Amino acid sequence: MNLRSFAAALAVTVVLPLGAASAADLEVTHWWTSGGEAAAVAELAKAFDATGNHWVDGAIAGSGSTARPIMVSRITGGDPMAATQFNHGRQAEELVEAGLMRDLTDVATKEKWKEIIKPASLLDSCTIDGKIYCAPVNIHSWQWLWLSNAAFKQAGVDVPKNWDEFVAAAPALEKAGIVPLAVGGQPWQAAGAFDVLMVAIAGKDTFQKVFGDKDEEAAAGPEIAKVFKAADDARRMSKGTNVQDWNQATNMVITGKAGGQIMGDWAQGEFQLAGQKAGTDYTCLPGLGVNEVISTGGDAFYFPLLKDEEKSKAQEALASTLLNPATQVAFNLKKGSLPVRGDVDLAAANDCMKKGLDILAKGNVIQGTDQLLSADSQKQKEDLFSEFFANPSMTPEDAQKRFADIIASAD
Amino acid sequence: MAGHTRGSGRPNQWLRNLNAKLASIPMILTAVVIFLGGTVWTVVYSFTNSRLLPRLSFVGLDQYERLWAAPRWLISVQNLVIYGFFSLIFSLAIGFLLAALMDQKIRFENTFRTIMLYPFALSFIVTGLVWQWLLNPEYGIQSVVRSLGWTSFAFDPLYNSNIVIYGILIAALWQGTGLVMCLMLAGLRGIDEDIWKATRVDGIPMWKTYLLVIIPMMRGVFITTLVIIASGIVKVYDLVVAQTSGGPGIASEVPAKYVYDYMFQAQNLGQGFAASTMMLVTVAIIIVPWAYLEFGGGRKRA
Repeated sequence: MNLRSFAAALAVTVVLPLGAASAADLEVTHWWTSGGEAAAVAELAKAFDATGNHWVDGAIAGSGSTARPIMVSRITGGDPMAATQFNHGRQAEELVEAGLMRDLTDVATKEKWKEIIKPASLLDSCTIDGKIYCAPVNIHSWQWLWLSNAAFKQAGVDVPKNWDEFVAAAPALEKAGIVPLAVGGQPWQAAGAFDVLMVAIAGKDTFQKVFGDKDEEAAAGPEIAKVFKAADDARRMSKGTNVQDWNQATNMVITGKAGGQIMGDWAQGEFQLAGQKAGTDYTCLPGLGVNEVISTGGDAFYFPLLKDEEKSKAQEALASTLLNPATQVAFNLKKGSLPVRGDVDLAAANDCMKKGLDILAKGNVIQGTDQLLSADSQKQKEDLFSEFFANPSMTPEDAQKRFADIIASAD
Repeated sequence: MAGHTRGSGRPNQWLRNLNAKLASIPMILTAVVIFLGGTVWTVVYSFTNSRLLPRLSFVGLDQYERLWAAPRWLISVQNLVIYGFFSLIFSLAIGFLLAALMDQKIRFENTFRTIMLYPFALSFIVTGLVWQWLLNPEYGIQSVVRSLGWTSFAFDPLYNSNIVIYGILIAALWQGTGLVMCLMLAGLRGIDEDIWKATRVDGIPMWKTYLLVIIPMMRGVFITTLVIIASGIVKVYDLVVAQTSGGPGIASEVPAKYVYDYMFQAQNLGQGFAASTMMLVTVAIIIVPWAYLEFGGGRKRA
């Protein structure tokens, strides 16, 4: 008897996965693993499961730089997932050119993506040779300064309204035993903070000239010298951070151990998860309060070419689910990012998101560095800035010289 | 036996031990195709401008020029030299010392040997994490000593760019000396008991016996140990990733990490291949003289 029931149980376990597979399980890989991100991705899964298919979550921990190599080697190695996150832009460019990604143009024309996706540059980043290869899901902007109101209260100074006031308040924070600016040890954080300083201090045009046109002279010029000066301030203010991950650094701001953090709007999900309210518990300054411009990078899903027809069909369903207005609202509210379509109602958005939506509506947008620079140039930049932020003996002038070299050889 | 030999002439050299030769074909193929083929492929593609996917468009020595101009690569090489030099000296010295102590017919030798060898059974990742915690100023050694009363005590090598590589060295020695000790102990056990008796009769002090008699007799063991340690040094990667992930800044970067980061994160295979070719050259510099001594020159002398 026992043996028979055991055999029956075995048979069930064999049959079950087979049965489930025919109902189109799609494995979706992404690197959304922090608290706020996981809550947001659960919304996507819920919406996709509602279409009768099944979302198999393939979260890869440890930020994009850890996850992307794994994704790429699975795709190039012949074991593709059904869909995968990338920052849209140039990260998946070569995979598309090698014919490993699926063309989504049919779905896109049918659902009129060209008309609904705002700003249009998002879809342009998904387009290679006139064909659309990815579905953008959100707009993330880097250009935010998050400040802990409690930390400034403890230090006895007003919450700053822009970068200069923040720099001026740093000594008071230090005196109170608070790290003025939290910068995590992962290299991309230092590099990102610099890009933000560049837009805020040197402005939109210089940013475009340096990263868009790869103008070496602009990179070596006086405008960028000012940015390096500010980066030097930031370096001094970040001394004593001693954490690695961005969300640990955000946590320092949430708990009032740090005065502020330059981080993209994905940090907002962490504040929300900690139950903090924009305006009363924390303050956000887009464009560091100096130059209210936001970049429109973000996340997009790419769909590797699959042989299985059923799964290919489900991929289409997933692509349209991702851009569904209801999904867009649910996902982006949890994630703290902005929706990719201009026609959804985000009444539930908090103050910070509304500021972002405003700037977006005014059209004060730039392209993100992921869209402008290749991964190779980005990595060299990361090497430079992680060294710069960790090594006080490196002068801003030296760093600028190396920066100009990177821009000169960038592609 | 006679029945197998052909009627006339010498037996064909190629057909001798045919079974053994057939059996080794898979291994020979593996060695040639995977090891040799992979190596040649890597070296060839290091002269191309391959990005995310390999492609054959040659750019001469560009990748190598960029490599040797990159500050991060230079720091990596410098770190490897420091790390290699000290880890070679200390693991040999400490390993031999421990083995010599263990060889004094002490009680509970088995227990001690096991304890010493245990760290080696851990992966570098675990070792790295353990030492990351021990060296963390907020939880580790520094905070323990401070809580005992020495409040100005400072010991945070992993957060100081100038000495971070020594923090990694500590962890590496903790893990690696056990193995060296075992190898040395095996060597010591291979020394004939009569030699010890002879030196005792001659009244030679023990340290002198070790230095002038025993160590020269252990030449083979030393060379094997040297090669094992040296190849471990060149490929050090996971320990750094677990302890500092190259930080602070790029102060504890090592060549193997450069290879990985540029191949996969920067999506620049050409640059990664150039760096790994340089590592191969380093390994060759270590292995070739050893192989020559062991298998070439040595045999003639023997």
